[in-house]
Order: sequence, then C-alpha cells, then structure tokens
Amino acid sequence: MLSVVTFLPLLACAVLPLLPRTLPDRAYVWLWIATSAADLALVIALWVGYDTRGGMQYEQRARWIPSAGVGYHVGVDGLSLPLVALTCLLFLAVAVHSLREKRRVRSYVCLFLFLQSVSIGLFVALDLILFFVFFDLSIVGMFFVIAGWGHGERARAAALRFFLYTFIGSLALLLGFIGLCLAAEPHTFDIVDLTRVNPLAGHGLYAGLVLLAIGVGLAVKTPTVPFHTWLPPAHTDAPAAGSAILAGVLLKMGTYGFVRIAMPLLPGSWRHYALVIVVVGAVSVVYGALVALAQTDFKRMIAYTSVNHMGYIVLAVGAAGTLAGTDAQARSLAVTGAVTQMVSHGLITGALFLLSGVLYDRGRTYEMDAYSGLAAHTPRFAAVTAVAAFASLGIPGFSGFIAEFQIFTGSLASQAVATALAVTGILITAALFLIALRRMFLGPARLPETIPAGGIRDLRTTEALSTVPLLAVALVIGVAPRWLLDVIEPAGRTLTGLVAR
Amino acid sequence: MNENLAALVPELALLGAAVIGLLAGSWLPRRRQWIVAALAAVACATGLVATAVTMATDREQTVFSAAFAVDTATGVGRLIVLTALLLVIGMSVETVRNHAREAEYWVLLLMTGAGTLALVGANDLLMLFAAYLLASVPAYALAGFAKDALGTEAALKYYLMGALLGITMLAGTGLLYAAGHATHYGRLATTLPSAPYGLVAVGLVGVLAGLLFKIGGVPAHFWVPDVTDGAPAPVAAYVTTLPKVGGLIAGYRLLHQALADSDVNWSLLIAILAAVTMTLGNLGAFFQTSVKRLLAYSTISQVGYLLMALAVTTRSDLAQRSLLLYLAAYSLTNLGAFAVVTALPQARALDDYRGLARRHPGLAAVLVVCLLGLVGTPPTGVFLGKLEIFSATIDGGYTWLAALAVANTVASLFYYLRWLGPLFLTTDTAAVDSPEGWGGWSAVTAHLAGVLSLTLGIAGQAVLTVAEGPLLS
Repeated sequence: MLSVVTFLPLLACAVLPLLPRTLPDRAYVWLWIATSAADLALVIALWVGYDTRGGMQYEQRARWIPSAGVGYHVGVDGLSLPLVALTCLLFLAVAVHSLREKRRVRSYVCLFLFLQSVSIGLFVALDLILFFVFFDLSIVGMFFVIAGWGHGERARAAALRFFLYTFIGSLALLLGFIGLCLAAEPHTFDIVDLTRVNPLAGHGLYAGLVLLAIGVGLAVKTPTVPFHTWLPPAHTDAPAAGSAILAGVLLKMGTYGFVRIAMPLLPGSWRHYALVIVVVGAVSVVYGALVALAQTDFKRMIAYTSVNHMGYIVLAVGAAGTLAGTDAQARSLAVTGAVTQMVSHGLITGALFLLSGVLYDRGRTYEMDAYSGLAAHTPRFAAVTAVAAFASLGIPGFSGFIAEFQIFTGSLASQAVATALAVTGILITAALFLIALRRMFLGPARLPETIPAGGIRDLRTTEALSTVPLLAVALVIGVAPRWLLDVIEPAGRTLTGLVAR
Repeated sequence: MNENLAALVPELALLGAAVIGLLAGSWLPRRRQWIVAALAAVACATGLVATAVTMATDREQTVFSAAFAVDTATGVGRLIVLTALLLVIGMSVETVRNHAREAEYWVLLLMTGAGTLALVGANDLLMLFAAYLLASVPAYALAGFAKDALGTEAALKYYLMGALLGITMLAGTGLLYAAGHATHYGRLATTLPSAPYGLVAVGLVGVLAGLLFKIGGVPAHFWVPDVTDGAPAPVAAYVTTLPKVGGLIAGYRLLHQALADSDVNWSLLIAILAAVTMTLGNLGAFFQTSVKRLLAYSTISQVGYLLMALAVTTRSDLAQRSLLLYLAAYSLTNLGAFAVVTALPQARALDDYRGLARRHPGLAAVLVVCLLGLVGTPPTGVFLGKLEIFSATIDGGYTWLAALAVANTVASLFYYLRWLGPLFLTTDTAAVDSPEGWGGWSAVTAHLAGVLSLTLGIAGQAVLTVAEGPLLS
C-alpha cells in the first residue's frame, strides 16, 4: 500500500511521455491533479486505518542488495505519516496552481510528479540507503525545476549553488551512514534494526564524528545557520511552485532526518552534544528573523522566515536531548511540537510562496517598495496574504501557534536561556510581517509600471483554490489539533524514550 | 601441468577473430568489410557465453603453470571487458564505416581487447608484462587511426609514454625477480617477505608505474587528455575505459596474491596516489571547454576513486567486490557518455550542447543519467560502486581518504553541471547540429549503456553476488 502511494506519481510520470504530443498543455496538468488527488485519497485511507497507539505501521520489506546490507524497507509512524499527508496535499495545491503554466508543461509536470514520488519515498523510507537515494534525487529534481523554470540566467546560478551546497550535505550524510553501517554487526543500513542495536553506544569520538557528518548533512538541507546561504537565492529565483515545494517539503527532509535518524540511532552523542544543537537552533531563530526583517524583497523575506521557523524545530529536538532539569513529558512535548511545526510550516509557507508567485505574475517583481495600497485593487489577494502572514507569525488559532507553544513549553525547563532568546524570534517575525503588509497593501495606491493599463487582477479561482485550502487546514489544526496530535504524540514519546537510552 | 585451452575460450575467441578478420579484410571489398565487425561482435558474444558457463559451473582453475588464473575476478573482469567491447564496437560502426582501413580497425580493437583480458587473468609477472604489451601496442595504432595531426600527436604521446613506462615495468619485474627468485605470484608471496626491503620496494614501484600508465593514474596520466581529444571518439571511449579494467584488476591481483605479507607499505603509497589522482583529475576538468577533454580529466579522477579499493586490498574484505562493482558501473556509464559524444560528432565544445534536450531528448536523457552517474547520484550503478568503495576504504582504516573522495565528488559536480545545465536551454541554442538520422548505432549504444548503468544501480546485487569469491594462485 505504501509503495503504491510512493510510486503512483512516478508511474504517471513514466506514462506522460507516451501520450500524444498534440494534447493541450492543460491535459497534462489535469493528469497531475488527478494523480495527486488519488495519492492524497490513498494517504487519507492510510490515516483512517492508522492505529493511534503508535509504532511502525504498513511496513513492507524486501531484499534489495543484501550483501551490501541494503534493503527496501518502508513504513510509517507518527513522525512520518503527517509529513506524507502534507506532501500529498502540498503537491495537489501546487498542481492546481500550475494550471496556468505555459512553459514546457509536459516536462514540468513530469518533473513535479517525479519530485512527489521522491518526497513521499523519503518520508516512508526505513533504510538509510533508500533514504539517501530519495534525498539525492530530490536535489536533482529541484535543480532542474529551478534551472529550467526559474527567473532567467540568475536562476541557473542559484540552481548550481543549491545543487553544490546540498550535495555536499548529502555526501556528508552518506559518510555518516557508512560509519553507522560499519559499526553494526552484521553490517546493515536498516533504520529499524540499527535503532534496536544502537551500534555506536559507548564509541565516544567515533560516534561524535558520525553525528557530525549526519548533523552537517541534515543541517545544510534544513537549513540552519551557518549553512543557510543557498536558501535565499534558490527561493528568490525559483518558480513559485518550486519554492512552495522546496520550502514546504524539501526543507522538512532535513528536520525529519533529525527525528528519524540522528536522534534514535545516535542517542548517546545526541545527548552529549545537545547543547550545540540547541545553540544552533536558537541562533537560527534569531538570525533568520533579523535578516528577514531587513529584506526588501517579499520572497526573500519569506525565505529567511523559513530559516527562523526551522530554527524552532532544531531548538526543540536539541532540548529533547537534554535530560537534566526536565522530565520525559516535557521532552516528548518538544518533539511533538517539532513535528507539528514541520506540518504547520509546510502548509503556511507553502501558501505564502504560492501567493508571492501571484504577486510576481502581476507585477514581474518581488520588490515590496514597488507596490503600495494593493488592498484597494485586489481585496481577495490582500485578505488571503494577510491571513497567511498572521498564521506564519504564530497567531493563536492557526497551526503555528500550537506548534511553537509546544516547542517553548517543552524546551523551557531544560534550556531556559535559549528558549527565552528564541521567543524574541516570534516578536521579530510579527514585526516584519506587519511592516510588509503595511508597505504593500495599505497606503496610497501605487503599482509597478510593468503592470498593463487594464489594472491589476485579483486572485483567480485556481490561485485561490491552491492557497485557501492550505490555510484552512492550518486553521483546523490550530482550532482542533487532536486528530493530528493523537498521531504524533505516541511517536514523540517513543522517540524520547529512545534518546534517553 | 594444466594446459586446458577450454579455460581460455574468451581470449582465444578474440585472437582467433582478429586473425580471421585480418585475412578476410584483405580480400573483402570495402563495402563488405562490416563482416569483420560482425565477426568481432560474435567473438565477444562467444566470450561472454563461455565466461558465463565457466562461472555457472564453477570451473575456476589456473592454467599454464598457474601463469593465468581463471577465478572470480577474472570471470567478472571478462564480463565487464567483453560487454564494454561490444558497446565500443556498437559506437564505432558509423565512424569507420566504408573507411579504407575498416578491417584493420576491428582487428586492432580485438587484439587490444584480448590483451586487456590477459591483464585481467595474469598471475605471473612475465605474463603481466606480455599482456601489457598486447593491450598497449594495438591501442597506439588505434589512437592514430584517423592519420590527422591531432591523432598523430596523440598516438606519439601515447606510444612514448607507454614505451617509457613499459621499460620501467620490465625493470621492476626484473628487480622483483631478483628479490623473490620467481615471477609467479604465489611463490613471490612466500619469498618476498624475507627479501631485501629496498629491492622489493623499487621493483614494485616499477611494476606499478606500468599499471598506472594503463589506467591513466597520476603521475602517468599526461597522455589521457591528449589521446582522448586527438583520437576518434570511439577510440577515446576505449582507451579511457577498458585498460582501466585490465590494469586495476591486474594490480589488485598482484598486490593481493604476491605482496600481502610484504612489509613494504604499498597500501599507503596507493592511498596517496589515489588522493592525488582524484584531486588533480578534478582540478584539470574544471574549466575545460572541450567535451572530450572534460571527459578525459573526469576519467582520471574516476581512477582515483578506483585506486581507493586497491589501497585497502588486504585491509578490507569489501575491497574485491567494491572494485569489481565500481569497474562494471564505471565502464557502462563512461561508455554511455562517450557514445553520446560519438553520436553528435559536430558538437565538440560544451557550448554546442546548448538546447540538446529539445533536439535530441533521448540523448540528453542518456547524458543526464551518465554524467550524474559519474558523480555518483543514486540510483545509478556508480552510486552503488561508490557506496561500496567508500565503505571498504573506511573499513580499511583510511577514513581521511574517503572524506577526501567525498570532497572531490562534490567538486566534480561543478564541471558535470557545467555541461548538463545548458542542455535544457530553450533560448540561444547551439547552431551546429548533426543532420537527422545520423548517429543511429551510436545513439542505440548510448541508450543501451544508459539503461544498463541504471539497471546496475537497481540490481547491483547480481554483480555483488558473483564478485564474491577467492582468488586462485
């Protein structure tokens, strides 16, 4: 069942080139929408059948390359199921948003279907090499999205930078994985087996180096300060759909790696170096927020708020590794908050990037100074963007609040200073979103000269249909989060127990 | 003494086809010389079948005073060499069709192929040197096959370098013989540990020099870019692929069988050579504008990764299968990239590949698979090879070398992407283009190599299973 969910988009991607070339562009996008909708329906079915007592479910295991210790092993638990669902939902939203795409639509759809398979595959993978395969392929897919459909010549430079940067990370990750595999007897890359064996317990420096390799690999992808410099250009020059997937899904691969691999497989070193991770998280929060505050480019600003939001997650997983001065309940709360934040950030930032795409579509620029008083011309666009901005700054009633509240409550006891610093991040993001909203939507009406004489067009139906549902889900999570937390919490408790070993 | 000729069917098939081809080629009219190519392909296929039968029925043995070993490494090596040779034949068809010396081309290719097979199985220093000559001499002629200025220069460079290092190798062989009173690996293994240290060390360096020339490793790599650039594309594909298979397996066998217990620290020497080779190859490739030169430097860096497996020959159980898997994957992937270059003879510079995805989507896809494969992106075969080689290197205690290889892999991405990026441009596409229909055989070969390279990544278990087995002495 999980394999079907994973490979259905890839199958559609394989069928696509066989279709006659005479089909209109929209037909391909409709095929994509149908595939994504089917995939989402399957995931909802999985969710309904999911036993909330926790544990790994829907497991499938097959021999692949046994003499190298590599197997095909997939399964979902409370950490991965929400992310799989998020991936399917976000890809569906992006598909709807892409109905108006005109440039080389067939390859575009093919590439996104490929990315969808890869992303789902990463979240269900329970074998380190399988994880790595999907991790790397996600980089390749996104490289072509940015280079092929980004904004001009700069996009290719940004794509190259993105590829080089994240590829370094992925290879560091590979070294770490090999280190883990060689330490286990018999050599294996299976995550479940390695979790059980805990091969590097009591290995001291060696375990520290493996954690360093894996940590750097994941930190580049997340990204955290100081490995974040690829993110702003990649986002600024990527097409809106690419940005939404990059921020909404691909960034989660880094943070998901922390909770799926780094924490349960290297519990000893994770506890030992928890303080480093907490510091990196807190610095990312504050630095990301401050730099975002200084941006004049709307999309770049959202990109930097991603650094800030990912910082909360890193802070939480670091705090979950600090045993002193805290109890299991607080630590499991921090982990639950981290996973909730992943889902929440995917929904809200995904929507924000799609909205920034609408802005670019109208004015051909992201410069906030170029726009003023947009609310008068485009009331619907202004309203949806304002809601998304408020959701992103963590206002109660949306998922961001639930997530950040849990993170702070879970981290405060053990890491009071870092948490207190991180709370200022919320303040700064609030300020920067309010300033951006005031600059662009209020004040005297002024539009960039690139806009045709006919005036600026408000949100189209497809654009509304791709963003409003994402915010609606964020709202539902913010108001009635139990259905989500019931799934995440048991996994959070299990993970806390594994880290405390 | 075992003189079972049946164990040598692949080598004999290639040599027999070469002799028949030479005779037949003298009588055939020019437009019928393709018959020699068909003969060559049949010989390769025969060799493949014979090897498969040998491996399936466990007929591993050593023949002719154990000068030639037919064991696991030989079996896998033969499979790689013969498959690669078939691919080279496939991509050569258009280049030499109706050429005045077409038959000679096929004959030379068969002879150097047979030499490579002999390198793979050589279990004796003299056998090793004979195989070196048989593999090298026809290749010099092939490099200058086009008889143009660049080709002549390439052949001359190749020949002079080969002659110099061949002599060094012979001197090394002499020194090792003086030290160990034998040329057979098995006997050397027992006598070398008690032999004078300096004699063994210098002798080994001499022999390794010849092998480094064959595989194109630093410091014997200077011929690689010039020959790759100057020779016809299929020959360039040949000289950057098959000699590496022969030379590396020969080196592995020599180190594993003859020098395992010697106190000469060859392991560190090869680790350093690997480090320098991969780094220099990458640095050289960075700002190349000619696709063939870029591929040439890329093959040098690939040799660096392959040498990592040799460095841990006796230090890790993973060395043999990682070497064989990487060789198989590298051969397919590298030949795939060269087949694309052959199929587009007009495109010589990176700039000529702008917008290829629109004109030849199939070839562009093969290029993406092969170049990303050479980087080591999953799920291609080279990824699996890299995974195994890195594992073996770390297992053998050279973590620094693995870390350096990772850094080099990232660096290599830069120049591969310089080539790949422009493929997808839609504006400002290259003006030069090959006429429609040209490149039939090369294009088919390219697709085949690309598919095989991907398949190897997904079904690499097959190679790993057959690559497991002892060497015979």
